[in-house]
Amino acid sequence: MTKADLVENIYLKTGFSKKESAEIVEMVFDIMKTTLEDGNKIKIAGFGNFVVKDKATRRGRNPQTGEEIEISSRRILTFKPSQVLKAAINELEG
Amino acid sequence: MNKSELVEALAARNGLTYKKSEEIINIVFDSMAETLTTGGRIEIRGFGSFVVKDYQAYMGRNPKTGEVIKVRPKKLPFFKVGKELREKVNGKA
Repeated sequence: MTKADLVENIYLKTGFSKKESAEIVEMVFDIMKTTLEDGNKIKIAGFGNFVVKDKATRRGRNPQTGEEIEISSRRILTFKPSQVLKAAINELEG
Repeated sequence: MNKSELVEALAARNGLTYKKSEEIINIVFDSMAETLTTGGRIEIRGFGSFVVKDYQAYMGRNPKTGEVIKVRPKKLPFFKVGKELREKVNGKA
Protein backbone atom coordinates (compact mmCIF):
# COMPACT_ATOMS: atom_id res chain seq x y z
CA MET A 1 0.00 0.00 0.00
CA THR A 2 1.22 3.48 -0.86
CA LYS A 3 -0.17 7.00 -0.56
CA ALA A 4 -1.96 6.42 -3.89
CA ASP A 5 -4.05 3.65 -2.28
CA LEU A 6 -4.96 5.91 0.64
CA VAL A 7 -5.98 8.62 -1.84
CA GLU A 8 -8.14 6.08 -3.69
CA ASN A 9 -9.83 4.92 -0.46
CA ILE A 10 -10.65 8.49 0.56
CA TYR A 11 -11.91 9.27 -2.93
CA LEU A 12 -14.18 6.19 -2.91
CA LYS A 13 -15.53 6.64 0.62
CA THR A 14 -16.02 10.43 0.78
CA GLY A 15 -17.35 13.04 -1.59
CA PHE A 16 -13.90 14.46 -2.35
CA SER A 17 -12.35 14.52 -5.82
CA LYS A 18 -9.12 12.63 -6.49
CA LYS A 19 -7.18 15.90 -6.44
CA GLU A 20 -8.70 16.93 -3.11
CA SER A 21 -8.14 13.45 -1.68
CA ALA A 22 -4.47 13.60 -2.69
CA GLU A 23 -4.08 17.02 -1.04
CA ILE A 24 -5.73 15.75 2.14
CA VAL A 25 -3.44 12.70 2.38
CA GLU A 26 -0.39 14.97 1.96
CA MET A 27 -1.73 17.21 4.73
CA VAL A 28 -2.27 14.32 7.14
CA PHE A 29 1.34 13.13 6.83
CA ASP A 30 2.62 16.70 6.80
CA ILE A 31 0.96 17.39 10.15
CA MET A 32 2.33 14.14 11.56
CA LYS A 33 5.87 14.87 10.32
CA THR A 34 5.89 18.40 11.72
CA THR A 35 4.64 17.12 15.07
CA LEU A 36 7.37 14.45 15.25
CA GLU A 37 10.09 16.84 14.04
CA ASP A 38 9.15 19.11 16.94
CA GLY A 39 9.85 16.16 19.25
CA ASN A 40 6.21 15.46 20.12
CA LYS A 41 4.63 12.03 20.14
CA ILE A 42 1.54 10.92 18.24
CA LYS A 43 -0.88 8.48 19.81
CA ILE A 44 -3.40 6.83 17.50
CA ALA A 45 -5.82 4.64 19.45
CA GLY A 46 -6.23 1.25 17.79
CA PHE A 47 -3.10 1.69 15.66
CA GLY A 48 -0.10 2.66 17.76
CA ASN A 49 2.15 5.39 19.10
CA PHE A 50 4.94 7.24 17.31
CA VAL A 51 7.45 8.37 19.92
CA VAL A 52 10.59 10.50 19.62
CA LYS A 53 13.41 9.30 21.89
CA ASP A 54 16.77 10.78 22.81
CA LYS A 55 19.62 8.27 22.67
CA ALA A 56 22.85 8.92 24.55
CA THR A 57 26.33 8.53 23.06
CA ARG A 58 27.54 4.92 23.25
CA ARG A 59 30.46 2.79 22.18
CA GLY A 60 29.82 0.40 19.34
CA ARG A 61 31.67 -1.69 16.81
CA ASN A 62 31.82 -1.76 13.06
CA PRO A 63 30.43 -5.27 12.52
CA GLN A 64 32.53 -5.71 9.36
CA THR A 65 35.94 -4.74 10.74
CA GLY A 66 35.44 -5.14 14.49
CA GLU A 67 36.82 -1.64 14.92
CA GLU A 68 35.51 0.15 18.00
CA ILE A 69 33.71 3.40 17.27
CA GLU A 70 31.75 6.02 19.15
CA ILE A 71 28.07 6.26 18.21
CA SER A 72 27.03 9.85 18.73
CA SER A 73 23.94 10.88 20.69
CA ARG A 74 20.87 11.22 18.50
CA ARG A 75 17.15 11.64 18.46
CA ILE A 76 15.20 8.78 16.90
CA LEU A 77 11.62 7.97 16.00
CA THR A 78 10.08 4.70 17.17
CA PHE A 79 6.71 3.10 16.60
CA LYS A 80 4.96 1.03 19.24
CA PRO A 81 1.99 -0.86 17.79
CA SER A 82 -1.21 -0.93 19.84
CA GLN A 83 -2.42 -4.15 21.48
CA VAL A 84 -5.48 -4.00 19.23
CA LEU A 85 -3.35 -3.92 16.06
CA LYS A 86 -1.05 -6.70 17.29
CA ALA A 87 -4.04 -8.88 18.16
CA ALA A 88 -5.68 -8.25 14.77
CA ILE A 89 -2.48 -9.15 12.89
CA ASN A 90 -2.16 -12.43 14.77
CA GLU A 91 -5.82 -13.35 14.71
CA LEU A 92 -6.14 -13.81 10.96
CA GLU A 93 -3.53 -16.54 11.17
CA GLY A 94 -6.02 -18.72 13.08
CA MET B 1 -0.85 14.64 19.87
CA ASN B 2 -3.65 12.09 19.99
CA LYS B 3 -6.10 11.10 17.29
CA SER B 4 -8.66 13.82 18.04
CA GLU B 5 -5.92 16.47 18.03
CA LEU B 6 -4.81 15.18 14.63
CA VAL B 7 -8.44 15.42 13.47
CA GLU B 8 -8.57 19.03 14.73
CA ALA B 9 -5.25 19.94 13.10
CA LEU B 10 -6.44 18.58 9.74
CA ALA B 11 -9.77 20.40 10.06
CA ALA B 12 -7.98 23.67 10.88
CA ARG B 13 -5.57 23.27 7.95
CA ASN B 14 -8.22 22.44 5.36
CA GLY B 15 -11.34 24.20 6.64
CA LEU B 16 -13.13 20.85 6.98
CA THR B 17 -15.72 20.14 9.64
CA TYR B 18 -14.52 18.07 12.60
CA LYS B 19 -16.79 15.24 11.46
CA LYS B 20 -15.44 15.15 7.90
CA SER B 21 -11.88 15.39 9.14
CA GLU B 22 -12.49 12.54 11.58
CA GLU B 23 -13.91 10.41 8.76
CA ILE B 24 -10.69 10.93 6.76
CA ILE B 25 -8.34 10.16 9.66
CA ASN B 26 -10.32 6.99 10.35
CA ILE B 27 -10.09 5.91 6.70
CA VAL B 28 -6.32 6.49 6.74
CA PHE B 29 -5.56 4.45 9.87
CA ASP B 30 -8.24 1.81 9.25
CA SER B 31 -6.90 1.10 5.77
CA MET B 32 -3.33 0.97 7.08
CA ALA B 33 -4.34 -1.45 9.87
CA GLU B 34 -6.30 -3.52 7.35
CA THR B 35 -3.26 -3.79 5.06
CA LEU B 36 -1.03 -4.96 7.92
CA THR B 37 -3.67 -7.39 9.16
CA THR B 38 -3.71 -9.10 5.77
CA GLY B 39 0.09 -9.28 5.75
CA GLY B 40 0.67 -6.43 3.30
CA ARG B 41 3.34 -3.76 3.55
CA ILE B 42 2.86 -0.01 3.58
CA GLU B 43 5.19 2.52 2.03
CA ILE B 44 4.56 6.20 2.65
CA ARG B 45 7.04 8.39 0.78
CA GLY B 46 8.70 10.95 3.00
CA PHE B 47 7.38 9.24 6.13
CA GLY B 48 8.38 5.59 6.37
CA SER B 49 7.29 2.01 5.78
CA PHE B 50 5.53 -0.70 7.76
CA VAL B 51 6.10 -4.43 7.42
CA VAL B 52 4.86 -7.43 9.36
CA LYS B 53 7.62 -9.71 10.65
CA ASP B 54 7.19 -13.38 11.50
CA TYR B 55 8.59 -14.80 14.72
CA GLN B 56 9.14 -18.51 15.32
CA ALA B 57 8.08 -20.19 18.56
CA TYR B 58 10.77 -20.11 21.27
CA MET B 59 11.28 -21.10 24.88
CA GLY B 60 11.10 -18.11 27.18
CA ARG B 61 10.86 -17.42 30.86
CA ASN B 62 8.34 -15.69 33.01
CA PRO B 63 10.59 -12.86 34.29
CA LYS B 64 8.76 -12.79 37.63
CA THR B 65 8.78 -16.49 38.53
CA GLY B 66 11.63 -17.81 36.35
CA GLU B 67 9.28 -20.49 35.05
CA VAL B 68 10.13 -21.78 31.55
CA ILE B 69 7.30 -21.25 29.09
CA LYS B 70 6.77 -21.87 25.42
CA VAL B 71 6.22 -18.67 23.43
CA ARG B 72 4.02 -19.33 20.42
CA PRO B 73 4.92 -18.12 16.92
CA LYS B 74 3.71 -14.58 16.34
CA LYS B 75 3.68 -11.68 13.93
CA LEU B 76 4.62 -8.13 14.82
CA PRO B 77 4.30 -4.93 12.81
CA PHE B 78 7.51 -2.95 12.31
CA PHE B 79 7.96 0.66 11.29
CA LYS B 80 11.05 1.84 9.46
CA VAL B 81 11.34 5.61 9.46
CA GLY B 82 12.11 7.24 6.09
CA LYS B 83 15.52 8.86 5.60
CA GLU B 84 14.17 12.39 5.28
CA LEU B 85 12.04 12.20 8.42
CA ARG B 86 14.79 10.41 10.35
CA GLU B 87 17.20 13.24 9.58
CA LYS B 88 14.67 15.94 10.38
CA VAL B 89 13.76 14.34 13.71
CA ASN B 90 17.47 14.24 14.52
CA GLY B 91 17.75 17.92 13.61
CA LYS B 92 20.20 17.38 10.75
CA ALA B 93 18.09 18.64 7.88
